[in-house]
Amino acid sequence: MLFFLVLPIIAIFVGTSPRELIASLGEPVVREALWLSAKTTMMALALILAAGTPAAYFLATRRFRGRSAVITLVELPLVLPPAVAGIGLLAAIGPSGILAPIGVSFSLSTAAVVVALTYVASPFYVRQAMASFGAVDRTVVDAARTLGASEAEAFVRVVIPTAMPGLVAGTALALGRALGEFGATIMFAGSFVGVTQTVPLAIYDRFSVQFPDALALSAVLVVVSAAILLSVKFVRGAEAVGGVGGARV
Amino acid sequence: MSAELAFEARTTLGALQLEVALQVAPGECVALAGPSGAGKSSILRIVAGLLHPREGRVRCAQETWLDTDGGVDLAPDRRRCGYVFQEYALFAHLTAWQNVAFSMRQVPRRARRERALELLERFGMAALCDARPQTLSGGERQRVALARALARTPRVLLLDEPLSALDARTRAAASRELQAILAEVGVPALLVTHDFVEAAALGHRVGVIDGGRVVQEGTAAELAAAPATAFVADFTGAVVLTGAAWRDDGVTRVTLDGGGELTSTDHAEGAVAASIFPWEVTIEPAGEAAHGSTRNRLAAEVVSVTEIGGRVRVGLLTPQPLAAEVTRESLAELGLVPGRRVIASFKATATRITPR
Repeated sequence: MLFFLVLPIIAIFVGTSPRELIASLGEPVVREALWLSAKTTMMALALILAAGTPAAYFLATRRFRGRSAVITLVELPLVLPPAVAGIGLLAAIGPSGILAPIGVSFSLSTAAVVVALTYVASPFYVRQAMASFGAVDRTVVDAARTLGASEAEAFVRVVIPTAMPGLVAGTALALGRALGEFGATIMFAGSFVGVTQTVPLAIYDRFSVQFPDALALSAVLVVVSAAILLSVKFVRGAEAVGGVGGARV
Repeated sequence: MSAELAFEARTTLGALQLEVALQVAPGECVALAGPSGAGKSSILRIVAGLLHPREGRVRCAQETWLDTDGGVDLAPDRRRCGYVFQEYALFAHLTAWQNVAFSMRQVPRRARRERALELLERFGMAALCDARPQTLSGGERQRVALARALARTPRVLLLDEPLSALDARTRAAASRELQAILAEVGVPALLVTHDFVEAAALGHRVGVIDGGRVVQEGTAAELAAAPATAFVADFTGAVVLTGAAWRDDGVTRVTLDGGGELTSTDHAEGAVAASIFPWEVTIEPAGEAAHGSTRNRLAAEVVSVTEIGGRVRVGLLTPQPLAAEVTRESLAELGLVPGRRVIASFKATATRITPR
């Protein structure tokens, strides 16, 4: 079983000699795909952090009617097939989507890629952030208030640092998901070199015509994914050892 | 009396109707004692602005913090409360000194550490200034929490079960330290506890809270000697006598304030509180010779007789107030009426000594 899981990853590195790999990475098409992936993933991540953090805090700390329904809806993209997500985005905010008459539409552009990535990756962050905020002891926030911190200041100086390990883990998960996104992007944004062709799309595009390029791009994704996995494990490990979980205050 | 704390609130908390009014003078510590769920902590939260009553007024240090009629309700960060939370609520991501320095936003960045160290030094904690709260013992955390609460020069101190997270060994010392700090800071203090002995040790006055109301207020001795209700009698449990202790031949002798002497098997020296449960106290007619193993015999005068369920609580003056519980039969047999002179006796082994 273990062999089966590791074999494809080994094959990627065996199939490319380091020299070939470097040469492929020099190809304009490959370079553009890498740059586009880095750019769109970072933009999506920025959107997810900016909108997801307050949303997660709100959902974790307020009790209101329909809260669990809202949480389920937020988590829905987790289990939605990416192709369905792509179709859904097209139908909603595509060139002839239901919001197109009021001017909200994206098509075959880099912005469309960012929208697709944000849509599929945000639940990974929001879920994790909600759990971390929920574990922050409320009396610690109260303590900050009696020590002269305003509500916003208590959030920045106490809630965020206490929840930090979970927020980092959530960010890494969303990053990994956004980086590997394929289905929703190709459906919603298409696959145009330099505009919407991210690394996973380029791998798909190249593997029949220029297999070494596809291998080189895959190798890059393997390295990045492994780095993300290791960083999550490191943060979780530090949390377990240091007890920075918040609930343990 | 200008810097006193005046508090009154009426509100509904779940099934509980809270209706409390209190005044605390500068330097005075009022202990709110009662069972859990009686609304004690809610009173502290209302003073601090963490809980908003339907109706209420909080005035402290000549400032109105809350007046529901006048539409005043200051945010918690604008009321200067030194709040020590039940489990101390220290910030786990900060070191001890950073916890203490949390409120020092007005202090220049470079001076903060020094200021925090001064405060920690007062509690003998300067050596542990770089430790994280989770690596500290219960007693050490309590001191960091106190230092942190004092860092903002509070106008009122709010202490929620400050000793209950400590083990029995550290509790006596922590209690003594806390008394010294309260006297030194000189602001009104409100302390919440479910333990009457703790309330008696730390509070100048004790308010017994049950079902959201103060059912009786007075010194610990007054409450124990003349409980207004059966609930208070039950709750006070022990009677507290104060005095000075010294060691004598393997036992502790205590010269009681106002006269009399008693013996205990507990170890202590200096100013102490001796607590005895009323059901350990036997009443004999005055003039009877000592017999048996009972070491403590105090001449006393009966001041009150209260029936609680099947038993009778007899309030005594030794001259410090003491109480005994006897059966109705004994009451009739000994002819116990106010004014009657008797001997109150109890065993040295039943006498608990706590430092004060």
